Amino acid sequence: MEFKRPDGRKPDEFRKIKALVGIIPNADGSAMFQTGDTIAIAAVYGPKKMHPQHQQNPEKGTLRCNYNMLSFSVSERIKPGPSRRSQEISKITEWALEPSLMLDKYPNAVIDVFIHILQADAGTRCAGINAASIALAHAGIPMKGLVSSISVGKLDKTIVVDLTKSEEDWEEGEGATDIPISMTDDGKITHMQLDGNISTKQLKEAIELARKSCKKIYEVQKKALKETIKEE
Amino acid sequence: MDGFMTTPNLNAERIKKSLEKGKRFDGRKLEEFRDITIEYDVSKKAEGSVKVKIGNTEVVVGIKMDVSAPYPDSLDKGNLIVSAELLPLSSQRFESGPPRIEAIELGRVIDRGIRESKFIKFDKLCIEPGEKVWTVFVDIYSINDDGNLLDAAGIGAVAALKAARIPKYDKEAGKVLYGELTKEKLPLEKDIPIVITSHKIGNKVIVDPTREEEDISETRLTIGSSNGNISSIQKGDSSALTIEETLNMIDLIEMVEREVFKKIEKFLK
Repeated sequence: MEFKRPDGRKPDEFRKIKALVGIIPNADGSAMFQTGDTIAIAAVYGPKKMHPQHQQNPEKGTLRCNYNMLSFSVSERIKPGPSRRSQEISKITEWALEPSLMLDKYPNAVIDVFIHILQADAGTRCAGINAASIALAHAGIPMKGLVSSISVGKLDKTIVVDLTKSEEDWEEGEGATDIPISMTDDGKITHMQLDGNISTKQLKEAIELARKSCKKIYEVQKKALKETIKEE
Repeated sequence: MDGFMTTPNLNAERIKKSLEKGKRFDGRKLEEFRDITIEYDVSKKAEGSVKVKIGNTEVVVGIKMDVSAPYPDSLDKGNLIVSAELLPLSSQRFESGPPRIEAIELGRVIDRGIRESKFIKFDKLCIEPGEKVWTVFVDIYSINDDGNLLDAAGIGAVAALKAARIPKYDKEAGKVLYGELTKEKLPLEKDIPIVITSHKIGNKVIVDPTREEEDISETRLTIGSSNGNISSIQKGDSSALTIEETLNMIDLIEMVEREVFKKIEKFLK
């Protein structure tokens, strides 16, 4: 039987991707990243002095990320405020982005990144990381490069990219495996998670698909950043 | 760093001096609003959602609905819950954490503006008296703060309520079928409540302050009204107003409300 994705995409085909830079005038840097029905916005404030003082690190600056889903971003309203899930994703996002930043330039300082999900259809942490990375660049933070993020996965036996919510809930055959991965533009993995079950061989295939996919995301991010330079 | 968080005295003095001559930094008249735009469907997952911009100020408002038991004092009526978050994403001034008094007050003023105007026909939101009623959640988030989030939130709440559609409800399973919206809109009155705030700075009164103007506001008066009928008032901040000043502010707001309504009418669904 031939495998078909619910929305008819090819296994390595993305949803429609859109990136916009400079969406929040107050912020030092800001961006929106959309894939299909998932929309993330991010704002960067800083670098600024870290408060409370005892959290200051004289060796290097601190990246502080805050991921949050708006109450009406999903079908069943989420109670506003931090949850265990959002706190974990905030941390994951810091880890994903930090390797791309030259934080040693800003001892005792903090860079705040606020990520909000306006509309969720899976892949929100990846969209958040993509938006945050562009926002950091837009804020003029010294960076070694951008970080691009995508969720790959396995539906039954087929490796696919950019899963939707209905695909994450796939139940036929082997079910769904969801693997969000983030990479620097020189192909180093800064974040990887996995839920489901998959063989080593297929995991390697999935990572290869993620590498190719992150390159495509990188091009979209780069293009969005270049567009703002033209405007200004 | 702290100097960043409020308008410096030097600027404040200049703004005040200029206001005395009837001039604002952005060239507006004292009683003039900035441009207002409303965009719909910020989130497809919401029963209704909007993005409202007043100049550089931006808020998003979404409506979610759920079915629950009614409150003991209103067994045959639906409920309204308004909450607001001033996101740190929208300004240096806002910090993470549970809502502080500014956000709590904002949510409550908007709640009363809508509730007291009887805009929502709560008796039509009853599914089974004493057992099941709809709760309407109005959630407000700031996206960019350049002053007057309050009025933006009020416009957003009304626009989102008007755009919202009730989701399907499976009576047997007792479950809301989110994503399957009916064609049914919320039961609303024709007259639209609008919340307008005026600010006293020196001996002048302005509406729709920018962030800097709002910082030097001595006191504010927020009035929720629909079609000329006032249904809620909140005086904010500690400076006193004479009766004459208060009456003048009320007259001013009544006039401004009509202007604002003209500006937003074309966007409303």
